[in-house]
Order: sequence, then structure tokens, then C-alpha cells
Amino acid sequence: MGVAFSALGGLLLIALFIFKEGFPFIVKMGLRDFLLSSRWDPQSGHYGIYPMVIASVWVTLGAMVVGAPLGIAGAIFLTEFMPTPVMRIVKPTIELLAGIPSVVYGFIGVMVLAPIIRDRMGGPGLSVLAGSLILGVMILPTIVSISTDAITAVPNSYREGSLALGATRWQTVHMVVLKAARSGIVASIILGMGRAIGETMAVIMVAGNAVKIPHSPLDSVRTLTANIALEMGYATGMHRQALFATGIILFVFIMILNSLASTAVKRKGKRT
Amino acid sequence: MRIPPRITQIGALALLGAATLLTLAILLFIVLFVLEKGIPVLGWRFLFGYPQDMGKAGGILPTIVASLILPLLAIAVALPLGVGTAVYLTEYTRETGITRIIRFGTDCLAGIPSILFGLFGFIFFVTILKMGWSLLSGGLTLAFMILPTIIRTSEEAIKAVPNTYREVSFSLGATRWRTIAKVVLPNALPGILTGVMLGIGRSIGETAAVIFTAGSSLRMPVSVFDSARTMSVHFYILAREGISSENAYGTAAVLILSVLMVNAIAYWLMHRYIARNS
Repeated sequence: MGVAFSALGGLLLIALFIFKEGFPFIVKMGLRDFLLSSRWDPQSGHYGIYPMVIASVWVTLGAMVVGAPLGIAGAIFLTEFMPTPVMRIVKPTIELLAGIPSVVYGFIGVMVLAPIIRDRMGGPGLSVLAGSLILGVMILPTIVSISTDAITAVPNSYREGSLALGATRWQTVHMVVLKAARSGIVASIILGMGRAIGETMAVIMVAGNAVKIPHSPLDSVRTLTANIALEMGYATGMHRQALFATGIILFVFIMILNSLASTAVKRKGKRT
Repeated sequence: MRIPPRITQIGALALLGAATLLTLAILLFIVLFVLEKGIPVLGWRFLFGYPQDMGKAGGILPTIVASLILPLLAIAVALPLGVGTAVYLTEYTRETGITRIIRFGTDCLAGIPSILFGLFGFIFFVTILKMGWSLLSGGLTLAFMILPTIIRTSEEAIKAVPNTYREVSFSLGATRWRTIAKVVLPNALPGILTGVMLGIGRSIGETAAVIFTAGSSLRMPVSVFDSARTMSVHFYILAREGISSENAYGTAAVLILSVLMVNAIAYWLMHRYIARNS
């Protein structure tokens, strides 16, 4: 049953080839210089991705600030306070919307959101703020869907016990249900984070792509993913290796997040 | 002063309800906004015409064809691998260290961002295996991307087949393999198809992994070795390079409608399956 290892093999293959292309570059340049130097100028041989790392962190955290509270609130409301027939319609609707291609989100960001930010708040419009808002919305379906599953999985006897003790529905939810579903909700946040940090096309369209360390949410930035996608089309030699090295950094970030999410779920498995 | 629980409950409910409404409103707004601007552009000429002047005028037929072929190629590769993995995980083994590693690998693969699939496909299929920018390179890259979805949905579907079915088959003297082929898989089919549809939906909407593997040629692809531009790549190029916002909206409308339709079929299949098995 060799096919059973296809997914694992695929993962290893991807890791192998991205590392094979990018790792020699990191060794040559030194991880410190690559990660912590701020000058990205492939033509003159400067490859520092510090601004992109910071940009990715800012945009991702911004997306979490937007997406996590909305998504979790939505999940709680859907599972605990909506009649089942309503939930049967609303949840699939939200999951269907998870299929909206990322380029469409990016386009909406450019056409609708960026002009509003530019006119009302100043700056170029295409910015950390626009990126965070668009990514925050993009990860909503992921967070709602996984959190809903986590909350639904809490045994009903927990709720009944709490209600029988005289707690209100809301007290039951925030003192009992949410505690029991915590690890699943945490996993949904981490997976949402992974999606946000890895998202490429939408971010290219709305974040502005200027290579500089952002000082305000209204500054234009270029994320790690955008850096790869923007320059991959024409990069050769060292420059291309540098982009694969950027891919390695991204890969490592993602693997850390994946491992965290899977530990969060496993902890739950042990406890119940 | 302590606020009475009833009052906090009303406050909390109002906040949660508002957040839910906002979530739904934003997501629906995006779909309706694009459809409202895009649907008037649609017509016979747009859907079945060839693009002219880099897509500034004319239709999007080659991109529709590319968006049909690419997901099918991906499914052709991912389906046997994914179902095979699911069968192995559910029918042939107990929970061991190996299955845990396979599951972890599957979860990690699911979390890999599409741009990394693009990088991988570019270096592996396009460059090293010398397939060039082609539908084949794109399809194989997408196959890796949708593999986790296929594995997970197939696994769920196979697990949901009642054990009594297997026992009856065994008691009639069928081998394990015959039981899987004749009893388990046919009964799990709707569930497996859900994964297939979700995989197709994801492939149609994908841009980053496709643009570096299938390329962006606007010509009508004649074979799988031709470079081709899918609807999502076409839409991205139209929008980003400001070629034509009218045609961009039109392409986006077709794109959204096809993805929503494919996903809707997936959910319909899933619900029918759940209803039948419970």
C-alpha cells in the first residue's frame, strides 16, 4: 500500500526541492544576514528579507485581530443560540463562501476597500490595514467552520448540567462550553493564521508591495509570499535562489503553526 | 455592582448576533458585488469568444477550457492516491505510529500555502522533469494540493459505511479486497465525490500555484503539454495590470459562479450521504 504514503511523500518532495534550491543560498549568505538585513535589492546583490518578515507578521496579526473575534463569535452564535434549521442553512452558506477564490477577495480590496482607506484615512490605500482587513475576512470561513465543529462536539450533558445548576445560557456557554471546546477553537485560530501568512494573490493586490518596514497600518508593505510571487516570473541565478530561500522561511513558519495546531487538537484528545 | 446574568446574556447575545450578521453580510456582499457588475458582461460572445488584445476585448473561451482541463487532470492523479491512502488508513491498519505520521503529513500538506506548491511545481515539474509551463505541470501540482482534501473526505466516507456491511460480505466468503471494492467503496462513493468536487472547486479558484506551473498563454490549449491560462489567472492579470475592469468583472462572475456551483454540488452530495447513513 505504497499510495498511503503519497501525501507524506508529497510533503517531503516539496520540502526537499524548495530546500535544495534555497538552502545553499542561506548557507552562503548566512541566516542572520538574510533574515535581519533590511536591504532587498537583487540587482546589486542585496538580499535582506527583514522588511518582508515584519510585513508578514503585521498583516497576519492584523488579520487575526479582524478574523478571530468575528469568526469565533459567529461560531458561538450559530451553534448555541440559533435554531438548528437556521444553522443548517447558515453554516453551509459560510462554508460555500470559503470557496471564493483569493483573487476575488484581492480585487474587492482594490476596488472597494483601498479607495475608502485612502480617502478617509490617508496614505496610499493599498496598505497593511487593507491587507489585514481582506485577509481577516478571507479566514472567517475557516475559523467559523472549525470552531463550529469544536463547539458542536461538546457533549450536551455538559450544557444540561450547567443549566440545571441555574446558570443562564450565556453563562453556560462562556463558563462551560467554551472551556470544553477551547482546544478546537485554538486550532481554528492557528489554522486561520497559517492561511493568512501563506496567502499570496490577495495580499499582492491589496498590500501595496513596497519593500520597507511599516511604521503605521497605512503604509504599503510587501509580504514574504508577495515577494516570491512578484519576482519569480523573471528571477534567475542568485535572485531565484533567494526567492526559494524566502520560501524556506515561509515553509518553516507554516510547519511551526501546523505542529502547534496539531498539538492543540491532541491535548484535547487526551483530556476527554 | 454585579450586573444581573440576564442583562449580560442579552448584551452578549446582541454582540454575537451582530458579529454573525456582519460576517454573513461581508461574505454575501463580495459575491453579490462581483455578480452585479459581472453578470451584465456575460453573453454568448464573452463565454464562447476568443480573447482579443490581451483580453481587453473579446471572450474568455480558452480560459474556461483551461479551467475545465486542469482540475480534471488534478483529480485523475489525486483521486486514486487519495482513496488508496484512505482505504489503507481505515481498512488495512489500526492506529499505529505509521498512521499517525501519515495523518500528520496529510495535515501539514493541507496547510502548505499555494505559493509554495507553485515554487515546487515550477522547479520539479516545469524545470527538472522538463514539462515546461503546461497543463500537465499545473495539473500535477494541483494534484498534490488537493490530495489532503480527497484523503480526508474519503476517510470520513469510508468510516461512515456501517460495519455490518463488511461483516455480511466477509461471512459470504469475500476477501478483504473484494469487500472493499464491491461493498465499501460503492457505498462510500457519494462521500468520496464530495471530496472530488471540493478539490475541483479549489483547483478552479487557485492562482498562485497555477501561474508558475501552467503559465499564462492565452492560446487555446490543444494538448496537455500546452501552456494555458485559467480563468483565475486571467482574472488576476486583467485586474492587476488594469487591462479591462469590465472583462475582469465578467471573468470573476464566471469564476465565482462555477466555484459556488461545484461547492454546492459537494455539499448536496455530503448531506444526501449523511441523511442516508443515519
